[in-house]
Amino acid sequence: MITVVDARKNYGDFAALDNVTLDIPAGSLTALLGPSGSGKSTLLRSIAGLEQLDGGRIVIGGRDVTGVAPQKRGIGFVFQHYAAFKHMTVRDNVAFGLTIRKRPKAEIARKVDDLLEIVGLDGFQHRYPAQLSGGQRQRMALARALAVDPEVLLLDEPFGALDAKVRADLRQWLRRLHDEVHVTTVLVTHDQEEALDVADRIAVLNKGRIEQVGDPVTLYDRPANDFVMSFLGSVARLGGQLVRPHDIALDRSRERAEALDARVGGSPGVVEAVVERVVRLGFEVRIDLRTDSGVRFAAQVTRAEADALGLADGETVYARATTGPDAAELHPALAI
Amino acid sequence: MTTTTASVRRDDTSTTEVASLPPRPDPSRRRPQLGRPLGVGLVGLWLSVLVLLPLAALTVTSLGDGVGGFWDAVTAPVALASLRVTVLVAALVAVVNAVMGTLIAWVLVRDEFPGKRIVNALIDLPFALPTIVASIVLLSLYGPNSPIHVHLNATQPGLWVALAFVTLPFVVRSVQPVLIEADREVEEAAASLGASNWTTFRRVVLPTLAPALISGTGLAFARAIGEYGSVVLIGGNIPRKTQVASQYIQQQIEIDRPLNAAAVSVALLAIAFVTLFVLRVFAGRSQRREEDAQ
Repeated sequence: MITVVDARKNYGDFAALDNVTLDIPAGSLTALLGPSGSGKSTLLRSIAGLEQLDGGRIVIGGRDVTGVAPQKRGIGFVFQHYAAFKHMTVRDNVAFGLTIRKRPKAEIARKVDDLLEIVGLDGFQHRYPAQLSGGQRQRMALARALAVDPEVLLLDEPFGALDAKVRADLRQWLRRLHDEVHVTTVLVTHDQEEALDVADRIAVLNKGRIEQVGDPVTLYDRPANDFVMSFLGSVARLGGQLVRPHDIALDRSRERAEALDARVGGSPGVVEAVVERVVRLGFEVRIDLRTDSGVRFAAQVTRAEADALGLADGETVYARATTGPDAAELHPALAI
Repeated sequence: MTTTTASVRRDDTSTTEVASLPPRPDPSRRRPQLGRPLGVGLVGLWLSVLVLLPLAALTVTSLGDGVGGFWDAVTAPVALASLRVTVLVAALVAVVNAVMGTLIAWVLVRDEFPGKRIVNALIDLPFALPTIVASIVLLSLYGPNSPIHVHLNATQPGLWVALAFVTLPFVVRSVQPVLIEADREVEEAAASLGASNWTTFRRVVLPTLAPALISGTGLAFARAIGEYGSVVLIGGNIPRKTQVASQYIQQQIEIDRPLNAAAVSVALLAIAFVTLFVLRVFAGRSQRREEDAQ
């Protein structure tokens, strides 16, 4: 369990962390999500002791580590650009933390072999990092961090330098690994999809502050404010309100649209729009729309819905929000 | 004599051979055919005129009295003593340079202090200065009229100071760019794994610096064994004590013993060459490990 209390950190006039307080439960996989400059990496590095806080406290597993050097915090850290020891083999990289602790050779060998098997790098013991792919290097870095049995595992944009396919694979793999190893893990990312996919808790940061903390479903369905809503998933502005594109229904008939809309409390009403473009993205179809006053937004419908509507460019449709009254009540952004 | 002329001729023929070689299937074939043999030929010619032929001529001169004469010239007690003094002091200079040069480079790259840019510019000064000026500078501070009462004139420590002064930039300037490029996250990774600062330096930073450190130290050593100007005043030129090989050579020329001079020159040459060659192999090996298969 990690507790951060009133953490403050300034770089000159810039407040990287502005009184951040956060609890990270033991055994969880928590994502720190935010745009660049939001303070998420600073927070992670402060937990690791790689940055010194200007104020506040950090407690790991009941021990106040605020003034403790990174060497003695019981952490494992994984960097975006791997930070591999280039002059050492994969085996020596993973063994590093154990070797400097002067553990018996046999114990080190056993542990390293186990870890390399877990991360799927058995057979690569004698390679150098330069002979590995990016994904393999990051898995090696993970094994290296896990070798010292850290109390918490800290990952700073671990998949940021990898291409999309490898990133998606490693994400799944990390999730499975966490289910096996159960070490408290904190992951920094700017990719909302990654956070939603892998984490069981997400803390959204913006301008050095925490906007909202919760599980992915809560954050997606009940965002505390417009920032969280627009940062987690895409949004469209419909009649002055933020709505998820997949919560927009389209009708060719104004009467029908208005009749259906009347059932939804606090909705933004029916908006007339012209179809600018219909984009088929596999299963889903994105329809780019424009209102009379020139406001552009997009609706997301299923293929079947799109086929039923049979929309073509330049046609007029009537858009409405489908979010129900209870959702509107729970979601302040829609309840305006 | 025969061996050297043969080696020179072999070098000549190999250059012309390259020029007339039939095109081989090789990845660089797409480039214009003319450029490569011409370039290699030009480099061969240039190196022959400037380096290989003079060195060969020197070697030939040194063997004027046969191999026995060469051996006698090099193993003459005073000659041998001068070589011993030269190599020992130069080695000590190189070792201290390796440590201090790395430290200076580290401070210049990692620490912020007022006047850093001036200090950075100052590093090259001993090298840029005419070496005889270096000698006068040191003599005025550590000479017979030393204002601080440190008298190093005509002592081996005096030699050492002069050589250390002149070779100061070598290690600093070869290590500095590597440190600037070094990935700080690697050090943070080591720290997060529990490594103390010293362990991190020894196990993670130093291996990265090794190729640059080795080559800088090698250059400092090579420069030190050949140094003349900076030791000429402060060294004192006392045979068997502070006379270095270059001064012995000068002395032999002056008393009209060109064979002795040439023989000791060839010995110096061999020492410098072997040193640089061995270091290059070492540096190359540690670098290859990292860059293999990239």
